[in-house]
Amino acid sequence: MLGNEAVARGLYEAGVSVVSSYPGTPSTEITECVAKFNEIDAEWAPNEKVALEVAIGSSISGVRSFAAMKHVGLNVAADPLFTASYTGVNGGLVLVVADDQGLHSSQNEQDSRNYALAAKLPMVEPSDSMEAKEYTKLCYEISEKFDTPVILRMSTRVSHSQSIVELNDRTEVQPKEYKKDIQKYVMMPAMAKKRHIVVEERICNLREYAETSPLNRVEYNDKKIGIITSGIAYQYAKEAVPNASFLKLGMVHPMPEKLIKDFCEACEVVYVCEELDDFIETYIRKIGITNIHGKDVFSRLGELSAEIVREKILGIKPEYTPLTEQIPVRPPVLCPGCPHRGIFYVLNKLKLTVSGDIGCYTLGSMAPLSAIDTCICMGASISSAHGIFKGNKELAKKNVAVIGDSTFIHSGITSLIDITYNQGASTVIILDNSITGMTGHQQNPTTGYTLKGDPTAKVDLEALCKSIGVTNIRVADPFDVEEMEKVIKEELAKDEPSVIISRRPCALLKSVKYDNNVKVDANKCIGCKMCMKIGCPAITMKDGKMVINETLCNNCGLCSNICKIGAISK
Amino acid sequence: MSDTKSIMIVGVGGQGTLLASRILGNLLIKKGYDVKMSEVHGMAQRGGSVVTYVRYGKSVASPIVSIGEADIILAFEELEALRWAEYIKKDGKIIMNKQVIEPMPVITGAMEYPENISEKIREFSSNIVEVDALSLALKAGNAKAVNVALIGVMAKSTDFSQEEWLDAIKETVPEKFVDVNIKAFNEGYNK
Repeated sequence: MLGNEAVARGLYEAGVSVVSSYPGTPSTEITECVAKFNEIDAEWAPNEKVALEVAIGSSISGVRSFAAMKHVGLNVAADPLFTASYTGVNGGLVLVVADDQGLHSSQNEQDSRNYALAAKLPMVEPSDSMEAKEYTKLCYEISEKFDTPVILRMSTRVSHSQSIVELNDRTEVQPKEYKKDIQKYVMMPAMAKKRHIVVEERICNLREYAETSPLNRVEYNDKKIGIITSGIAYQYAKEAVPNASFLKLGMVHPMPEKLIKDFCEACEVVYVCEELDDFIETYIRKIGITNIHGKDVFSRLGELSAEIVREKILGIKPEYTPLTEQIPVRPPVLCPGCPHRGIFYVLNKLKLTVSGDIGCYTLGSMAPLSAIDTCICMGASISSAHGIFKGNKELAKKNVAVIGDSTFIHSGITSLIDITYNQGASTVIILDNSITGMTGHQQNPTTGYTLKGDPTAKVDLEALCKSIGVTNIRVADPFDVEEMEKVIKEELAKDEPSVIISRRPCALLKSVKYDNNVKVDANKCIGCKMCMKIGCPAITMKDGKMVINETLCNNCGLCSNICKIGAISK
Repeated sequence: MSDTKSIMIVGVGGQGTLLASRILGNLLIKKGYDVKMSEVHGMAQRGGSVVTYVRYGKSVASPIVSIGEADIILAFEELEALRWAEYIKKDGKIIMNKQVIEPMPVITGAMEYPENISEKIREFSSNIVEVDALSLALKAGNAKAVNVALIGVMAKSTDFSQEEWLDAIKETVPEKFVDVNIKAFNEGYNK
């Protein structure tokens, strides 16, 4: 079972009633798997802040609730997180934050353990799927016993690894009674001041609990080498140095002072084996133990592995035949038939400065499309385009923002309001492909369907933009490149804000089927490579002529719209 | 040394490496092994280089295969076979699908696709099997069944019976694709 699926199973077994999340790799499958249980009311929220607030409300109402997000999603949800730490819970409240060590599918490599420290919340970290399920259940016990939200920290290698899980039945949990209690749930200065005292006491109690919690485990073997570790790093260390002694921390915040001191005393040399920041190491040094190894041998960058741990601790280098030749990298690309390809072809042709955003379409930054200049975070395309308008009027004349439909709903709406409210004039292109693409096709408020597949209210993007105060709203087909070019030029020329909705569904949707095979007439093809400018993986050149890889091509026909001499037909 | 065996399935996002690894995983669990697999989701799935690690034995710790440790590398594409060849252990088996998918830097002309991969790959191991899985899949009736045809080729070099493999396929693939996948498996297995 996938680590994420195991968390979902844990939620089911723990009697959880409400789940609200926003998709984000590597956390997405938790909520997708939860949606299969009829006993749980699960939904996609427009963003992580909303998701966590929904979970907080359900907790206050008396039931066990949950929210999942990726590491950067927790930045969005940080506001409710820090104050939910003060209010505590009624029904148990757990959230997953999934870190992405190694940046497999993210814009940064932040270590979310720092949130547990800053928000003064317990954080639990499993190292495989079985632990993911069991720890999830334990999180609810901790949450209700200590009156606190609990963070379960996952990572790409735990979320997306499969290992064996034993299943249990669901334990139905009786909803707790809701009692009005403004001292606990209304965080105004006078109340929050008192709750802060409770929070500080709680973290002391949790530290006490950590000393004896089943989450933290000492495995004494050969005491020459002691390894303090947690999460996936435990598995790497166990593989690399199986005979060492281990202190495996299942709870990484707060940490057990006495347990750590005893372990360090018992072992001759102690290594702290953790990915990214020196989170555990810093605490150990803080409690006065300094003769340990940590970031002096292990990197703060990327992932660890058994071979790295073996080399750093035992000095054993791996034996293998090295690849000496420089071979081409294979970065991800927009899929054949991707509707975004047409728009980026036009943006590249017009040589515009493009403020980009988070989604599949960020791949439009890569050659040969090379049509994105910035990518920061969800929604930043629109607000940073406005910043360019305020800061550099010349640059703004050739600047557009591009943002996907789901990302626009997530954080783009407030940015667009900023433009209309503050007399901006940027052109915003909403890439409406009718789905949340990058994370693997999740429904969102613009698709008309819920997470569970039920039909529901659908956000009308045109009407929404109009109500915000945008008067220039155009809809165009990204595969009609001539029309799209005309529309972009016209809207850029205006001294008012514009929204262009580039509308065509994702090529991977089952409903998208293009008829008629795309064919190349080798007699007509002059090898001008015009069609290569769209960066389609199904197009290659052989002997100076264009060739279509039929197993990759989905017959979208964009290349036939680009070819100037009519060599490509459909 | 532990008894853990390591298999890597490498290819290009969209080729169906994930399904192949899940068939293998389901078989191994049925056989009573401790199994760990690490998969690739998200952005890399969009036509990028992808790798799935499968490790099994009495008790497996890391879900990731270390360099020079793989017993088998099942490569869905030639360049990907070369990219990951360092991971093969001495005398480990590399099964390479004779298929070329040019990556974007080659398509744009920034780099050249390496020549003579089938010779180069032999520097890493003498135990090389090359196969044209696309034609096997087409014989079975569906070009998309390349992944299961390759599983069929690999199955021959394992200790598990044809029936055990077929059961794992039936359990893993959607019902309407079972027949074509069984055909594709047999094409690979009987090659």
